[in-house]
Amino acid sequence: MNNCLIKGGRVIDPARQLDAVADIWVEGGRIKAVEPNLELLDSPPPISAQGLWILPGLIDMHVHLREPGHEYKEDLQSGLTAAVAGGFTTVLAMPNTSPPLDEAGLIAGLAHQAQQIRGARLSLAAAMTRGRQGQELCEYQDLKAAGAQAVTDDGSWVADSRVMRRVLDYAAVCGLLPLSHAQDPWLARGDISEGRVSTRLGLPGIPAQCEEIAVFRDIALAELTGQPLHICHLSTRQATRLVRAARAKGLPVTAETAPHYLFLTDEDVGDYNTAAKMNPPLGSDLDQAALREALLDGTISVIASDHAPHSTLEKELEFGDAAFGIIGLETSLPLMLELARIIDLPIARLVELMSKNPAKLLNLPGGSLAPGGPADITIVDPNLEFTYEAQQGFSKSHNTPFDGRKFQGRAVITIVGGEIRYRYPRLSQN
Amino acid sequence: MYAENLAWPKDLLDLKGLSADHLTAILDVAESFREVSERDIKKVPTLRGKLVVLFFHENSTRTRLSFEVAAKRLSADTISLASSGSSMSKGETLLDTAKNIEAMAPDALVIRHSASGAPSFLGQRLKCPVLSAGDGAHAHPTQALLDLMTIRRVKGRVAGLKVAILGDIAHSRVARSNMIGLKTLGAKVAVAGPPSMLVGSLAEEYGAEVFRRPEPAIEGADVIIVLRIQLERQSGQLFPGAREYSRVYGLTPQRLALASPEAIVLHPGPVNQGVEMTPEVYQGPQSLILEQVTNGVAVRMALLRILVDNPENHKNVA
Repeated sequence: MNNCLIKGGRVIDPARQLDAVADIWVEGGRIKAVEPNLELLDSPPPISAQGLWILPGLIDMHVHLREPGHEYKEDLQSGLTAAVAGGFTTVLAMPNTSPPLDEAGLIAGLAHQAQQIRGARLSLAAAMTRGRQGQELCEYQDLKAAGAQAVTDDGSWVADSRVMRRVLDYAAVCGLLPLSHAQDPWLARGDISEGRVSTRLGLPGIPAQCEEIAVFRDIALAELTGQPLHICHLSTRQATRLVRAARAKGLPVTAETAPHYLFLTDEDVGDYNTAAKMNPPLGSDLDQAALREALLDGTISVIASDHAPHSTLEKELEFGDAAFGIIGLETSLPLMLELARIIDLPIARLVELMSKNPAKLLNLPGGSLAPGGPADITIVDPNLEFTYEAQQGFSKSHNTPFDGRKFQGRAVITIVGGEIRYRYPRLSQN
Repeated sequence: MYAENLAWPKDLLDLKGLSADHLTAILDVAESFREVSERDIKKVPTLRGKLVVLFFHENSTRTRLSFEVAAKRLSADTISLASSGSSMSKGETLLDTAKNIEAMAPDALVIRHSASGAPSFLGQRLKCPVLSAGDGAHAHPTQALLDLMTIRRVKGRVAGLKVAILGDIAHSRVARSNMIGLKTLGAKVAVAGPPSMLVGSLAEEYGAEVFRRPEPAIEGADVIIVLRIQLERQSGQLFPGAREYSRVYGLTPQRLALASPEAIVLHPGPVNQGVEMTPEVYQGPQSLILEQVTNGVAVRMALLRILVDNPENHKNVA
């Protein structure tokens, strides 16, 4: 099986500068041809995609799937199905699990387990340092051989600059992308962004300089080593400027941001709403405007959700005790489609941000609909209106400030390796 | 404006959102209750048969006693729940506690909590009125109201006065609630403290003038509110030490002389004598710190009466 014909959709594949109505012929899990008016003898009934957008499978390169250790929040099964329901064919899982993913055996075990799940493909980021302690490098070659695509101590910054310098040098040798959670750990001791809202609510604030300082150091080390560096969840105007300047200089620095930073501000914390507590914290209007601008001008290369499931045990608490993070796999694309309309972001650029660029950074085979490549395809209905209800979602957790939001546009079919794994509104059974 | 003619929120979490009419009405009711405390039999039947739960999740002697006396003078039954430290460390969450309290069918809950926002958390989950007795660095509305009452009793008004607030503004719920209440009633507010004890946006958020030295804030002030320095919390992080603090920021007779000659001095208590104010000032004629305690009972009686008798709540039940 794993053959299909998708007819009449608008194919948007910026990797090949293609934006045209065409049919897609999938055979043996790979893309066989992308051409107008394909007619096949004895093909299965075609998928009609008139009025729909055919995109290379979307990739979310920053998700927390909580396995092993916190399976009551999320596990591979629920996380990877939430991913296909959100239109993602591949996700990159973060290693801040319990135990952390700092050994090849853990990586290989998860990769193997994921193959049994009919959801998105699982890519893995291994820990940057042993135990995520920021001191000793993990065995990168071993981790790479076991299936890791990146290394990160996400959740913590490698504060020791000498260690981070070695990380950048050595990760490059092993072909692993280093992802930095750039926050000065001392200034990060707070609950929300420092500003009017933190003053009003009497909560300890995290100044924007917390991110700026760390991003500055990280960029300096990328310059020193000449090696690639990817900044996670960029959230402030100040740090955005630094990334723009680094890229203008030609340094191999890339950055991602998450949809919530493009839509919400610290005002959305409102009356101590823990669904708006995340790290980095929601910033100001100015931060939001700077991030939107950085999407348009190419400073930001990737949109990633930072999907961070937590149960009510971690969220229905006093604000200061509540955990940081929100889920995002099922709202990321609908939010970005909305943003594209608001800021006139060309849809081809959105596909770069959510498919082409992460594929390139992580050296994954997808990111394009080129014949010969894997048939990972996201079919989007840009006009479908729906109300997102977290309780009805596929994630085990429901911690999101977007619960109940009305959207226009979403993934209606998600195809992984030629197999339909999601067809709105439910997972595919075949 | 009589309290009966105003619409009241279910909870008292903060002074934010209460109009000048609301604040004045509370103070007027409090004046009438102050007289009860001067009677031979200090009790009225207003809340007979009502249950007021006092939930103190942080050490407090004065505020807890004051609420307890206020409830008893209104003939309410009171029970106290005390705990300290993080609720999570005991395995019981604030939500569990809230549900347990709800099961006792209280008519009001008074809460003191170390976490900013905890009263609001309970207010959203309990049917009965929730009265904040101070939460984190966020709000201490009854303290601000008793300060307003003390000021109004002595000065005859609040509007147009210059009020200086000295000390750790950043971590002070007393300062925040006072800034809101004072501005609502038309006072001019100047705050002063070391930069590590100030926080951004005080001017934008509260309309306060902000100074890093005490003198310009005190100059010409009609009222000086001195905050308690949490010696146990500082450990050299916010200022070098108690001695250094008292030299630069302590309210001394010399600094007090910069204020209006009729200026009064308030403090939420307990006072670190010799740190934030000298013993001479504390014991001096301008200090109204014990008067504040008396007014505290009256203000809390007024709030219990207004919120427990709130017609909106009867609507909720029906």
